[in-house]
Amino acid sequence: MTEPLHRQLGLEDDEHDRIVATLGRAPNRAELAMYSVMWSEHCSYKSSKVHLKTLPIEGDAVLVGPGQDAGAIDAGDGDAIVFKIESHSHPSAIEPYQGAATGVGGIVRDIVSMGARPVALLDPLMFGPLDDARNRWLFEGVVAGIGGYGNCIGVPTVGGEIRFADAHSSNPCVNVLCLGFAKADELVTSQSLEAHAGSLMVLYGAATGRDGIGGVSVLASATLEDGAEAARPSVQIGDPFAEKLLIEASLELIDAELLEGLQDLGGAGITCALSESAARAGMGADVDLDAVPLRAADMEPFEILTSESQERMLAIVHPSKLDAVLAVCARWGLRTAVVATLVEGGTLTIRHRGEVVAQMPARSLVDEGPEYDRPRAAPVRTDTLDPALTPFDGDLTEALRTVLAAPGIASKRWVWRQYDRVVQGNTVAGPESDAAVIRIPGTLKGAVVSSDGKGRFGRLDPYLGAMHAVAEAARNVAVTGARPVAITNCLNFGNPERPEVMWQFAESIRGMRDACEALDTPVTGGNVSFYNESGESAIDPTPVIGMLGLLSDHRLRVPSAFPSPGLAIYLLGETAAELGGSEFAEAVLGDIGGMPPALDLAKERALLDLLVAAAGETLVTSAHDCGDGGLAAALAECAIGLGHGFAVSLPTDLPSHVALFSESASRAVVSVPAVDEDRLRELAAAHHVPAARIGETGGPRALIDGAVDIPVTELAEVWETAIPRMLGEAV
Amino acid sequence: MTRLPRIGVVTFPGSLDDADARRAVESMGGDAVALWHADHDLAGVDAVILPGGFSYGDYLRCGAIAARAPIMDEVGGFARRGGPVLGICNGFQVLCEAGLLDGALVRNASLRFVCEDVWLRVETAQTSVTLGLTPGELVQIPVKHGEGRWVATAEQLDRVEGEGLVVFRYSGRDGVLSDAANPNGATNHIAGIRNDAGNVVGLMPHPEHAVDPDVGPTGGQPLLASLLETALAGVGA
Repeated sequence: MTEPLHRQLGLEDDEHDRIVATLGRAPNRAELAMYSVMWSEHCSYKSSKVHLKTLPIEGDAVLVGPGQDAGAIDAGDGDAIVFKIESHSHPSAIEPYQGAATGVGGIVRDIVSMGARPVALLDPLMFGPLDDARNRWLFEGVVAGIGGYGNCIGVPTVGGEIRFADAHSSNPCVNVLCLGFAKADELVTSQSLEAHAGSLMVLYGAATGRDGIGGVSVLASATLEDGAEAARPSVQIGDPFAEKLLIEASLELIDAELLEGLQDLGGAGITCALSESAARAGMGADVDLDAVPLRAADMEPFEILTSESQERMLAIVHPSKLDAVLAVCARWGLRTAVVATLVEGGTLTIRHRGEVVAQMPARSLVDEGPEYDRPRAAPVRTDTLDPALTPFDGDLTEALRTVLAAPGIASKRWVWRQYDRVVQGNTVAGPESDAAVIRIPGTLKGAVVSSDGKGRFGRLDPYLGAMHAVAEAARNVAVTGARPVAITNCLNFGNPERPEVMWQFAESIRGMRDACEALDTPVTGGNVSFYNESGESAIDPTPVIGMLGLLSDHRLRVPSAFPSPGLAIYLLGETAAELGGSEFAEAVLGDIGGMPPALDLAKERALLDLLVAAAGETLVTSAHDCGDGGLAAALAECAIGLGHGFAVSLPTDLPSHVALFSESASRAVVSVPAVDEDRLRELAAAHHVPAARIGETGGPRALIDGAVDIPVTELAEVWETAIPRMLGEAV
Repeated sequence: MTRLPRIGVVTFPGSLDDADARRAVESMGGDAVALWHADHDLAGVDAVILPGGFSYGDYLRCGAIAARAPIMDEVGGFARRGGPVLGICNGFQVLCEAGLLDGALVRNASLRFVCEDVWLRVETAQTSVTLGLTPGELVQIPVKHGEGRWVATAEQLDRVEGEGLVVFRYSGRDGVLSDAANPNGATNHIAGIRNDAGNVVGLMPHPEHAVDPDVGPTGGQPLLASLLETALAGVGA
């Protein structure tokens, strides 16, 4: 027996009833298709909304908060920084190259539709272990897709992070963050422009085809089961050349003040763009599907309405400006079509071959979808003993080699070497830095951005995991000397219909809320990616935080590597016996139990303030987050950067392996010239941050208290070659 | 009063480093002029840069469509009259496709895109971009390309090597040639070549991304300084 159509399209029975109540009749096929995509989890946030509402969104620097295509931050002097993160995990699990490529395209159009020029991309990625051939195929394909698209549109890819866990074997996570620059008074939002009844909706860019039909409902809002490859037609195909033209034409249209509104076409295609544009304007629209340029002449209305063909935008244009708009698009070789007219009354009427094929209130698609407070249940945990309690008598130099070769820690040069990091000429610091630094053109100001997710901590405790993600992202920004300002987030979770996953989600939101409030970094938007599971295997709850910071003068940026010999090395913050969820516990002990490190947000805030103050006084010559892999990995990375070794003593009475590999929060490793040591200690005391002088830079070796003794070149070799080795490449 | 050298930078659909090239020209003291692919007009410029990017998406052979753009009629004439023309990355590919330089650029030996700072060994000072440099001198400049492996027929290679048409080779920072220092597997480590007269030069590395010490190395400065000087000399001529 076949399922009713609404269920095939991913709608629940009660959602179907709701549509019938709205329309006062049974929906036809095209209408059902429209509701199914707009009310999908991906588009409607129906399971997450109730929780997302609790996040802090206010802040002095926030120009545009959640609810628009992207958030915007005031960078002073009339400059605005726009940023947003999204996921494209499900498509990438099925077709890694196109899935990742079109993920880049989608987020870039979000930034453009805010009236901003896209200036940088970061890609947080999560895969299964690379000893599996299919995982290697996914990994290489995703990286190639990100490069293939990003390199071709002239937006530098400057960072991101890559983590590995078993659960990502069937569910890789592909997140992508885009940063854009605009003048604050030229931002395009639903408030900034006024659309009029009688104004025209102009579709421009690529033609509409049968690719990506139902992408948001069939693909993004359901779990990937065996045979998911059958969903491959739901993956879109990218054309970065068309995207580049779209970027230039769109920015030119905005510059020339030819538009009353601008919307990108992404998930849910034309349906979403038409209904959101109309609903935001408080109007309806008369839509003529026959005007839509098609790749296949016999496409049915529901296909045209829900196709997710890439590289399309929808502009709202006053009739008096139509000719000028068409001329700009023609100059860039873009196809245009007037597909709709805004009308009073709020009704969306869609015609095809002379017949009305769908009719409903525009708002009903956008704002009147279902909202669920799904049941939550905390799982029972038994393995909460900290791995630090287990005695360890192994060789610590060997342990350090193992940790540096762990794929989560190892150098990602193999990946970022494939990304154009320099185009546009404003990349002050790229992926080798704790946070990327992008100069705002024509100024000395720097936009600083980092992305962090802590899946292993999230698995052990989603509340703490989310707090750590915010704190680490803020720390990565602050070590460069920049003040963290605001976040965007990509929430990667399993199936929300399972109470355990919903509990993880709610706990993560609570952790994010507490951390963002304490660190004064409001949420400007984001994206929820549910259903990252197959069978019984869900991914670890992983909120990825994109943290934005500001440097008033990028020349004051503090690098992470030791710049010279003869500098004092200080460890800022306190180290406790906390190996739960650490790289050492997993890579060396094979123990993935325990609890994540504690996190005192007041202490974190104090450390961030200290780092920013120290950079402002140019006291520190380098600063590096002390996080993944603990103090040992942090020191090794500081040394590998420019090849300057170090000799340090461990500052605590903890067992050596704990002192070296504990991932206690709120710590950083800094180097300081002798002349500035007193002032740094003074500043640290004023901020109530412990500052321990643990040693000095210099020499060719990494020396830690007799526990570790190895040439830096050897550490570099281990760290640099780990990923290529896992991919079976000669190194 | 002397005027600034006017350097035209062509924008094709899909050009990516055009604005960067204009900014680099300005920072070196030149007057950058934006040129449009569909025009038959060089606006009286003193030199032309064909910038990097993926013209027309490079969905056909790289640079093949751009080489047939209207503006290329004018660039070809300008080059044949001795005007300085610099093709960078995609611009190099365009020059090869247009028959203004020998050889072709094919996929990197690694089959992957590569973006990194490389060292280049200057092979000749007899070009519009190497005035003031000495053969054997090294400059550091980034590359970023997926199809930058220069190849040629045996005859072309003989000619290019025999007549001293190689302008730059990829090398270690010690000037030594090696496979490890060759980012794309280019024949004879060739990173850039010139035409017989030396007024037309194509190179894969991006000198326009190596002029600003805040964001990268500065090895592109002498190249652009040379181009500006050559352009200015042409003004007097």
